[in-house]
Amino acid sequence: MAGKTLYDKLWDSHVVRDNGDGTALIYIDRHLVHEVTSPQAFEGLRLAGRTPWRVDANLATPDHNVPTTDRSHGIADPVSRLQVETLDRNCAEFGITEFTMNDPRQGIVHVIGPEQGATLPGMTVVCGDSHTSTHGAFGALAFGIGTSEVEHVLATQCLVLKKSQAMLVKVNGQAAPGVTAKDIVLAIIGEIGTAGGTGYAIEFGGEAIRALSMEGRMTVCNMAIEAGARAGMVAVDDTTIDYVRGRPWAPRGEMFERAEATWRDLHSDADARFDRVVEIDAGDLRPQVTWGTSPEMVVPVDARVPDPAEEADAVKREGMQRALAYMDLKPGTPITDIAVDKVFIGSCTNSRIEDLRAAAAVAQQAIDAGRKVADNVRLAMVVPGSGLVKQQAEAEGLDAVFRAAGFEWREPGCSMCLAMNADRLEPGERCASTSNRNFEGRQGQGGRTHLVSPAMAAAAAIHGHFVDITER
Amino acid sequence: MEKFTTLDAIVAPMDRPNVDTDAIIPKQFLKSIKRTGFGPNLFDEWRYLDHGEPGQDCSTRPLNPDFVLNQPRYQGAQILLARENFGCGSSREHAPWALLDYGFRVIIAPSFADIFYNNCFKNGILPIVLDAEIVDQLFREVEASEGYRLKVDLEAQTITRPDGTVIPFEVDEFRKHRLLNGLDDIGLTLQHADEIRAYEERRKQEAPWLFSAGASGE
Ligand code: SF4
Repeated sequence: MAGKTLYDKLWDSHVVRDNGDGTALIYIDRHLVHEVTSPQAFEGLRLAGRTPWRVDANLATPDHNVPTTDRSHGIADPVSRLQVETLDRNCAEFGITEFTMNDPRQGIVHVIGPEQGATLPGMTVVCGDSHTSTHGAFGALAFGIGTSEVEHVLATQCLVLKKSQAMLVKVNGQAAPGVTAKDIVLAIIGEIGTAGGTGYAIEFGGEAIRALSMEGRMTVCNMAIEAGARAGMVAVDDTTIDYVRGRPWAPRGEMFERAEATWRDLHSDADARFDRVVEIDAGDLRPQVTWGTSPEMVVPVDARVPDPAEEADAVKREGMQRALAYMDLKPGTPITDIAVDKVFIGSCTNSRIEDLRAAAAVAQQAIDAGRKVADNVRLAMVVPGSGLVKQQAEAEGLDAVFRAAGFEWREPGCSMCLAMNADRLEPGERCASTSNRNFEGRQGQGGRTHLVSPAMAAAAAIHGHFVDITER
Repeated sequence: MEKFTTLDAIVAPMDRPNVDTDAIIPKQFLKSIKRTGFGPNLFDEWRYLDHGEPGQDCSTRPLNPDFVLNQPRYQGAQILLARENFGCGSSREHAPWALLDYGFRVIIAPSFADIFYNNCFKNGILPIVLDAEIVDQLFREVEASEGYRLKVDLEAQTITRPDGTVIPFEVDEFRKHRLLNGLDDIGLTLQHADEIRAYEERRKQEAPWLFSAGASGE
């Protein structure tokens, strides 16, 4: 018999019952809650006269609607305010731990889970948000759910699931300096497409993934959903264990050692079989920049905007034409000729301390060379992923570097990743963004998004257009 | 949940791949704390010429005459014909809520994004996966004949064309059962409450750290 994949191990240890119809009842260890996808679930619970099955498995925080500017006067938009207040009220009523807007631990739900040790190896982690795949970086089974399932988890601590197929994405070799986790995952999406992972749980492995920090692994797993996979994951190793140790919600002392012993087994067996294996070589990769309105529309920074005329598939060709029209780009334009109006460094993909350090290093270089954010860039903003990331960055003096170089330094939240708060692109504005989606209107109606790594975004801010950071 | 058995309805074509949930229901409408009322804002950025905000009276807004759902021939459509990877993007259930509120009960496409596909079944919408070639044919037929209708029968797992030819489709048995009967998932799961408790007892022995009280870190 073939060995087990990491996904098999996580699945098997959470089966409450096999329903005998191709589905299983799967136990959920951690449920993260935010204000956008939970109100209707709490309402449903109340209407049915139900209570949460296990209150201590939940952790809530508002992130999508919170302002990133001064919060002392609360939220100006009454609709946003009501949604955040509704979360506060629901958590208070049901006794769920919530890091409220002014708590220093508040932040993007996918940043605070790992930061608190609320995400642990071997767990099943769910949240009413597709980027829950982020938490798979810990050797956890983590995936996004809809509001009906949020209610289901609240009421039963379980979900009815059908097992996915298993895919291994192996990233061999070593990435060149300047080629980051973000570039690796964008290149993977470019390779397999946004539907390439549909129906699969993806395990990311190989030398280049092993070499990544936890922050980098979270960036990769975060965008598993952009590759179509509900869950992405990375095997546990020393990097994982070292990150988890000492976190507020993590086990301590002898209990930690007991846990560690079981976590060490969270990897695919050598003889495990995958339904699909994709290999890419990190050594071949350049920094990536998206040019279109889907994350798969991506090219290396030293390439040109592709020509739809060279695409054989008619549906794809039309998609490309539509994307180029929306993005106001001409085929053949060198990526480095594209000028940007705004720069956004943040989101659950790239707002952790390491991301901010990478961007700040570029800002510092600029300052040393007597440069600042370019004149044609109207706004370059840095939005830390959580209050604790913000504190850490300030302790390291990164905020001062950003400010001195002409960037704005903001309060934590989702911000311009999806523009549900006041941070957004105006129609026609072009943005270098470290977020994960470049769909039409994602960052504001008519706004044009180019997805890049934090260092690439910072460099675009300084130069006013994309530059190849590996060149300099 | 409303059950789904059969449907005989007008088909509207949405001829572009990778239609994402941000397009289906733009984020400003996610601020609602209700489950209903999203229909007028379905495909808001494509459907109207102005910028939509929650709480507006949509009946007075300028319509985009080029947008497919605004064409008179597709009024009353309850079946949406779509291209690959429909519903990609976020997990927002507001997307199926908006489609349902507008009146769609069936979506036909060569492929769907996983979370969206799953969310449809939880809301009484039947997403049907067909071969890309058949979907292509249907697009041609819909565009060629005004008032084009399809008959969908979930029990029999068939789609019947106006000329009487039948297209069979696949659907998971458990999903079919729930949709046909409009069953409450939570109620079904709670029938196994004892098994959930037994699982928890076992896990507390095996992995007690999963049950320690969160923030205290004890
Ligand atoms: S940062 Fe963006 S992608 Fe991440 S949870 Fe917030 S809105 Fe979603």
